[in-house]
Order: sequence, then structure tokens, then C-alpha cells
Amino acid sequence: MTAQASISTPGEKLVVIGNGMAGCRAVEEILARDANRFSITIFGAEPRVNYNRIMLSPVLAGEKTFEDIVLNGQDWYDDNGIELVSGDPVVAIDRAAKTIATRSGRITPYDKLLIATGSDPFIIPVPGKDLPGVVTFRDLDDVDKMLAAAGLGGNAVVIGGGLLGLEAAHGLALRGMQVTVIHLMPTLMERQLDEAAGWLLKTALEGRGQTILTGADTAEIVGDGKVQAVRLKDGREIPADIVVMAVGIRPSVGLAREAGLAIGRGIQVDDHMVTADPDILAVGECVEHNGMVYGLVAPLFDMGRALADGLTDQPSGYPGSVTSTKLKVAGLDVFSAGDFSGGEGCEDIVLRDATRGIYKRVIVKDDRIVGAVLYGDTADGGWYFDLLKREENVSDIRDALIFGQAFASGGGAGANPIDAVAALSGEAEICGCNGVSKSKVMACIAGGAHTLDAVRSGCKASASCGSCTGLVENLLAFAMGDDYAGERDNKPMCKCTSFTHEDVRAAILEKALKEIPAVMQALSWNTPDGCSSCRPALNYYLLCAWPAEHQEDPQSRFVNERMHANIQKDGTYSVVPRMWGGLTNPRELRAIADVVEKYDAPMVKVTGGQRLDIFGIKKEDLPAVWADLNAAGMVSGHAYGKALRTVKTCVGSDWCRFGTQDSTGLGVQIEKMTWGSWMPHKFKIAVSGCPRNCAEATIKDFGVVCVDSGYELHIGGNGGIHLRGTDILCKVATEQEALDYCAAFIQLYREEARYLDRTAPWVERVGLDYVKRRIVEDNVGREALRARFLHAQTYLQVDPWAERAAGKEAHLHQHLAEIRPFAVVGG
Amino acid sequence: MPHSALWLDVGPVEQLPALGARTLPVQGGQEIAIFRTANGDVYALRNRCPHKQGPLSQGIVHDTTVTCPLHNWRISLVTGQALGDDVGCVPTIPVKIDGGRILIGRTEALAGAT
Ligand code: SRM
Ligand SMILES: Cc1cc2nc3c(=O)[nH]c(=O)nc-3n(C[C@H](O)[C@H](O)[C@H](O)COP(=O)(O)OP(=O)(O)OC[C@H]3O[C@@H](n4cnc5c(N)ncnc54)[C@H](O)[C@@H]3O)c2cc1C
Ligand code: SF4
Ligand code: FES
Repeated sequence: MTAQASISTPGEKLVVIGNGMAGCRAVEEILARDANRFSITIFGAEPRVNYNRIMLSPVLAGEKTFEDIVLNGQDWYDDNGIELVSGDPVVAIDRAAKTIATRSGRITPYDKLLIATGSDPFIIPVPGKDLPGVVTFRDLDDVDKMLAAAGLGGNAVVIGGGLLGLEAAHGLALRGMQVTVIHLMPTLMERQLDEAAGWLLKTALEGRGQTILTGADTAEIVGDGKVQAVRLKDGREIPADIVVMAVGIRPSVGLAREAGLAIGRGIQVDDHMVTADPDILAVGECVEHNGMVYGLVAPLFDMGRALADGLTDQPSGYPGSVTSTKLKVAGLDVFSAGDFSGGEGCEDIVLRDATRGIYKRVIVKDDRIVGAVLYGDTADGGWYFDLLKREENVSDIRDALIFGQAFASGGGAGANPIDAVAALSGEAEICGCNGVSKSKVMACIAGGAHTLDAVRSGCKASASCGSCTGLVENLLAFAMGDDYAGERDNKPMCKCTSFTHEDVRAAILEKALKEIPAVMQALSWNTPDGCSSCRPALNYYLLCAWPAEHQEDPQSRFVNERMHANIQKDGTYSVVPRMWGGLTNPRELRAIADVVEKYDAPMVKVTGGQRLDIFGIKKEDLPAVWADLNAAGMVSGHAYGKALRTVKTCVGSDWCRFGTQDSTGLGVQIEKMTWGSWMPHKFKIAVSGCPRNCAEATIKDFGVVCVDSGYELHIGGNGGIHLRGTDILCKVATEQEALDYCAAFIQLYREEARYLDRTAPWVERVGLDYVKRRIVEDNVGREALRARFLHAQTYLQVDPWAERAAGKEAHLHQHLAEIRPFAVVGG
Repeated sequence: MPHSALWLDVGPVEQLPALGARTLPVQGGQEIAIFRTANGDVYALRNRCPHKQGPLSQGIVHDTTVTCPLHNWRISLVTGQALGDDVGCVPTIPVKIDGGRILIGRTEALAGAT
């Protein structure tokens, strides 16, 4: 394939298939170079002149009319001597005869043929896809169908939460329909936006009254002669008077394929847009260049230039395009460009401003911008995109980059965050919560507030949500220079944030944050999706704060908690069913024995926690094993969880000659009350029947030692890496009190300890006196803690094994497919 | 099942959880783990950590790395290299997505299989 495979002669016949954006742009480019070279005929399937397809969204939304978006009216064709054959699609190319044929039977010869057939919308192959009322979003006819439906009001369902789907949803909502967007992936526009920006977008759209269902898979479009609803794979049914499929596009290559041209994902072309046949060229969404296909207009403009250069003997070549995306929904500023998947050598620079709803992320690799995602303020999108395309070295402006062009250029070389705050005007607001300006903070520092805490109490800056803490620290550094030593005696949660665990937990409650992305946005996380250290912690803090509303995020759980079993060194799992208070019976033992034999478990062992551990179970067999154990009445022992583990007991007064109370019975009661509870770390309990302490209650997180006059309650013991004996909390007289204090103590630990702190280090940090004050001396407080614990338990005491055995999260236990050499079984 | 000489079709992409992984046992060979990142990119590695053969498919995925479930080595999904101070590498298998299907490189997938 070469650019000038044949020599053109004046008056050659150029035939263009496709009267769309790429075809007409290519013709414009050719005319601009040599208006007389070709006699041109354009065939278009649509019965109209060339218009700006991307403006169909504003037409749908009622912001523009068709007349407004016409690019080339009939006069353009006439003035340039172009013959337009519209409404009559080309149905065949005869390369030998060098002719094309249209549906109406018209045969037209060509010297050069340009294919610019664009894309076809992809229709997901579900039952009901052909029902009247199911439309795509590609051309003016589609818009007319949507407008007709919107005229009658009712419900619209848009399948696909990408650029196109969201623009359709927006238009239909403006036209008065009740809109639901169904999106397969967990976040909207996942190809263009990261999780954080996708979440902000979803929240904003929901705020506008749209219903956004993510992670939702369409099973069927239901209707009798006309659409009535969309049914999801999880069984939900969403009523629909119109269904818009906007799940993607496929290059329209049918004609080219039948003509025998080389086809990959699109029609393959060289750098001069020439196909495998030197007399046939192609541009636009229908082509594949260098392995890439495009779905945006910028690349096809570049292609048009290269094509025209090649056809008019000044070959330049198309180098491929880097693209950027903007969402055309009024009031929602979303921009993305380049690669934001991150990874090795990539550095994320993130700026979040919760008050103004802004999220900006620039990805830098080897001192060059490789990607950008902007939400809420896209003013600098073009600047980042330009730096990206030019592969400009940004090391000099690295620290100021995220503040945008105005600042980075103003600051020039060496700009840094301290200069950035220095450059702010005195009026500039530092703390949005308390309305504190820069000049007030500076006055406060000048007045002697030389630490963050002093500034917080002096002028209230950073005293509420704390998201301006970084700014205040920069102001301290600016004002005090080297005298400012830095801050924060409490370490931040992880490298993703400057907030401590306590700050984060307080903000979750104060600001009613209920999802991980919400916390990250509100507290200005400096990474897009956190890390393997903060995600599990946030998941726990949220479930503790909002027991009724919490939605689990399995991907924020360590493997054991995700699989509800302990992973072993060979990748198999161990299974530990609960044995209440260490008691068992023939039925349970028989069920365990059966499981060991049936699943060929290589080992079964008595654990240090008074129960049985079955080893070597494969992840595929776990649900079946659990079903068998459930059938004998056994539930998960949570041997894998940051959760209540075991309640060890001794024989107690029922049998033992020294026993003072029913330690076994109390242990069972405590375990029934506490099982299922997620905690900052694992939590172990024991009840001993007398001070001989056979259940080792004095090295447990909560221990009970029975005595003649009642129950000694012990806390904060640990038998693990650092042995720590318990502290005595108090003595109580009745079993009920023992239970109540236990519940209150656990809740205090759940609400106040840092994630991955066991009770021992936590008690040492807050002090025994503090715990006594809260649990022993404050009767009302204790009762409230206990009530909150029991409330949370109503949501947590669901056997996770039973849910899995019934099919929940089945994908975690099944292989995607199996590969047998030379045969593949997919599924 | 459509497959070419070079690529194996192993199923639809929506069967991969975002920020998660699924496994593909290879008869006579070594299991493969297929990962999906937050923004939907798909990668395939041998399901064996270079440290002590931990099943990488069970790790926590963030960005383009997976943290091994056994001892927390971080492995790049792109190159298979251990990151940070750890040294080691797990073989990668080429992946492409076509029409919503996951295709993996046949030769690499079957490497070592009998
Ligand atoms: C199975 C068991 C050993 C046994 O065969 O007896 C066990 C096994 C493990 N223990 Fe343990 N511990 C077991 C009782 C204990 C005990 C004794 C007890 O509970 O009375 C202790 C000391 C008491 C304590 O925790 O204060 C104990 C202190 C630890 C520690 C150190 C904790 C610490 O705070 O220092 C770890 C490490 C950790 O959790 O980070 C640990 C971690 C582990 C892990 C989960 C290691 C891991 O992450 O894979 C082991 C899982 C093996 C598996 O797959 O099942 N295991 N472990 C016991 C299960 C009890 C149960 O029925 O649930
Ligand atoms: C609603 C909407 C919003 C969009 N928003 C944006 C945006 O904001 N930014 C952006 O960059 N891109 C956007 N796009 C994408 C952009 O419109 C396309 O990338 C661009 O139109 C592709 O140009 P094309 O010429 O390759 O295809 P098209 O513009 O589709 O032109 C192809 C033409 O060929 C005709 N045709 C096909 N087969 C035949 C045949 N056999 N015979 C005769 N004619 C035939 C078709 O009818 C069509 O008119 C949007 C698209 C849509 C639908
Ligand atoms: S002491 Fe616990 S963690 Fe250590 S090897 Fe034994 S079971 Fe595993
Ligand atoms: S086996 Fe993966 S980190 Fe040890």
C-alpha cells in the first residue's frame, strides 16, 4: 500500500460513500487543496444534507434545532459541483469494474472511492431487543423517535452509562421523562473517568432526579407488541415507555468486507488512509489505523487532512490521534484525556475540593503528562491536553501543575505549594466550612498561633471537616519559614491522606458520608481509588457508622473476608464452623466427618479456639461444603475475620467440683449475642468458671472469671505476639450485667479503635480509666453503647456461608473458563 | 466457540468483577488469573506469586497492581514484575477485548501445557 499507487488525472471521478462527518470533512479538505481535481459524488443513507452529529445531543435536549446543526447545506454541494445522492444507500462495491451499486439499482463508476460509513450502534442481543420503542442514538431519525416518545411523557430507560447514554438521558429528562440509566460497570463512563470522578457524576445526576443503576445487567426487554419494561438479571423490573440502547458502536464495515478489503476491527488503512485496494480509501469511525479505531471527531479531522494531502500529491501521513472527551451536559463539567489507568512509574497528582465539588487528577510518567481526569472544573482541560499531546517535560512546574495553567505559568519554574498559597490574595477563602480567609489565618499565625491546633482554636480554620488542613499547613510554613517544624503527632491513616483514623471516623459521622468514594472526595484523598491499606479500613468505618445502610464493597476486603474462609499457603482454604462456647454434638461431628470425607480434606484439627478446622478445601467446593455444614445447623465461625472469633469456656459449675457459676452457659449466651460482629481487629472472649481460669480468660479481649459473688470482667488481653494480661474492668453480680457490659465494651472498641488495632494496644493508648469512665461509671452511656451494638447486630447476624451456599457472589468461587489445549470451554 | 489460531476466547468481559479477578485452569499446565482494573482494563498473569506461589487472583487490585493475598507482595499487572523492594516476575499473557469477549494469547496461555 502506498500513497500514490496510481497517478491521478484531472476530472477523475471520486465517489464518497457516507455523507457524514468524516466523508464531508475529507471532501472539504480536498476542495481546499485542489477544487478542480475530482468530480465528486457523495452517497448518503440518511435522507438529508451533512450535519454535525455530535450536536444531536443538544437537539434532543431542546437547546438547538436541526437547522442550527447543518454543516453543509444544499448550496455547498451545488457551489462545489458535488452530486449528493441521499436516502439511497450503497449496497455493493465492484472492485473489478470499479463501480458501486445503490439500493435503488443505480450503478456509478469511480476512479477513486472513499468509504466513510461511520459506525453502527451495537444492540445487546437480549430478548425483546426488536420491540417497537427500542431505539438507538445515532442519527436524526433516532432523535425524532425519542422526541415522539417524550411527547407522551412516562418512563425512559437508557441502557449504557457512557458519553452517549448520559447525553440521551439528560435530553430525555429535560423533555420531561422519568429517566433510569442502566450501566453494567460499577462506575459511569468508566472508559473516560476514574472511580472518583464517576462517583461524583453519578451523585450529581441522581441529584437531578435521574435514577442511576450501576453494576446492572440487562436480561430482557419486556413488552407485548411494544416495550413496557426492562428486566435485569437480578430480577428487578424497570418500567419503560422507551428504551435507548447506547452501549457502544461497531465500525460499519459490511460493504468493505464483501468487497474483499482487509478488515480488522475496522477497515484497515495505511498512514494515507488507503485501504488494501490502492484506489479505495477510507476515513472516520469505520477505519482501523495502526490497530486503533476511534469514536470521536478529532481523529477524523486529522485523518481528513492526511487523506487530502495524499490524494493531491502532497502526502503527509496520519500519525494516529490522542483523544480527549467532554460530556455535553449543561452544568456538569467532565473532562478526560489520555491514559489514566496509572501503574508503574506513574505518579498521580490529585486535588479535591469537596465544598466546590471539584476533583482533578493529572497522571505524570517520566516527567510527562500521560492522562488527566477533571470533574467540576474543566477550565484547564485544554491546557493539560496540550501538554500531553506535545509530550512536554513538566518537571519544572510539577508541584504547581494541579493548580492549573494560570498559577503554574504565573509561578514559573520552581513553583511549589507554598508559593501557591503565598500567591493567593488575602480575600481568598481557606476554610470553606468556617468561612476563614487567608488574611484571617495569617493574622492568627502572626498573633502567636504556631501550630495547626493553635490555628484551629484561634480562627477555626481547618477545625471542621479539615479538608483545608494542607492549605493551613502551607500557610504556617509560608509565614514561619524554617521555624515551622511540621505537625501531626497522630500519624495519617495511610499515604493516601493527611487525616488520622480519628479525623476520618469523625468526618464520616459529621458529614454523613456513606460510601468509600464519598469519604475520599470529602476528605481530599490524594489517590484516585485509595490503596490496599485504606480501603478495608474505610469499609469497616462505614459499616460501623451506618449499620442499616452500609453496602459492602467486596473489593475492599482482604481475601479471607471476601472468601469467608482462611487462605492457606497452597491457595486452598480452611473451614472453621462455629461451635458455640466450644460445645458440640453428634450431629455436628457427623456433618464435619462427612465433609472431610466427601471433599477429601487432607487434615482436620482441633484449634486453639476450641473448635474444629477442616483444611485443604478448594475455592470451588466452599459453597457446597458450607451448604452441608448449614444443613447440620452450623454457621460460619468467622475464623478469618476482623470479627468476633471464639468464646472459649470451661466446664463450670455444671460438672466441675470448683465451678462457681455456669461458665459454659454464659459463654454460649455471649457468643450468641456477639457472633457476626465486624470489628477493627479480631476479638476473642473466654469465660472461666473459677479463678483457676482454665479458659485463659485473662489473655482475651474480653474475659469473664466467675467467682462466688458474681463475675469479674477483664479487658484488653492478648495472647499473641506481645503477651498482655487483661486489666480488670469491674465486677458485676449477674449474668445479664456481664452480657450488657460485654456488649457496651465491644461497641466502644468498634466505634473508637483504629482499624487493625486489637483491644490491647487500644486500651493502652486510651487508658483503662477512660474505658472505666465510659463503661462502668456512665450508666446512661453504657446503655446507649449496648443498644447501638445490639442494633448493629440485627444487620450483622446473617450467616455469610448460607448466603454463599445460596449462590451469592458465585463468581468468586467459579473459574471463568477452563482451558484444555486445542479445545476451549468458555462460559 | 469462536477462536483463531492465535487467540483463545475465554468468555465475556462482564463476567470479570471490577477491581477483581477470575481464574482459568489450564489442563496439563498452570492456572491463569484474569484481572479487571477500576477503569475496565483487563490483564492476565499466571496465577502464581513469584514469592511463594500465592494465588494472585485472590489479592486486592488497585490501579494496575495486585497485592498478593499471602504476604502482600505487590505485582504489576502490566509487566508481571514485583514492585517496590521485592524481586521476581510472573509471566504475563497477552489479552485483547473484541466485541465484549476476552481473548488471550494462545501460545502464552498454553506454555508448558502438555
Ligand atoms: C487455627 C488456629 C491455630 C490452631 O490450629 O489452633 C490459628 C490459626 C491462625 N492464626 Fe492464630 N490461630 C488460632 C488461635 C490463636 C490463638 C489462641 C486463642 O485464640 O486462644 C492466638 C493467641 C491469642 C490471641 O489472639 O490473643 C492466636 C494468635 C494469632 C496471631 C497474633 C495476634 C496478636 O494480636 O498478636 C495472629 C496474627 C494476626 O492476627 O495478625 C494469628 C493468625 C492466624 C492465622 C489467621 C494466620 C493467617 O493470617 O493465615 C492462622 C490461620 C490458619 C488457618 O488457615 O486456619 N493468630 N491464634 C487457631 C484458630 C482458633 C479458632 O478456632 O478460631
Ligand atoms: C449523539 C452523539 C453525540 C456525540 N458527541 C460527540 C462529542 O461530543 N465529541 C466527539 O468527538 N464525538 C461525538 N460523537 C461521535 C461523532 O459524532 C462521530 O465520531 C462522527 O460522527 C464519526 O464520523 P463518521 O463520518 O465516521 O461517521 P458518521 O458521522 O456516522 O457518518 C457516516 C455516514 O455514513 C452513512 N452510511 C453508512 N453506510 C452507508 C452506505 N452503505 N451508503 C451510504 N451511506 C452510508 C451513515 O448514514 C452516516 O450518515 C457523538 C456521536 C453521537 C451519535
Ligand atoms: S502460630 Fe498461628 S500463624 Fe503461626 S504457623 Fe501456627 S497457625 Fe500459623
Ligand atoms: S506468595 Fe505472594 S507474597 Fe508470598
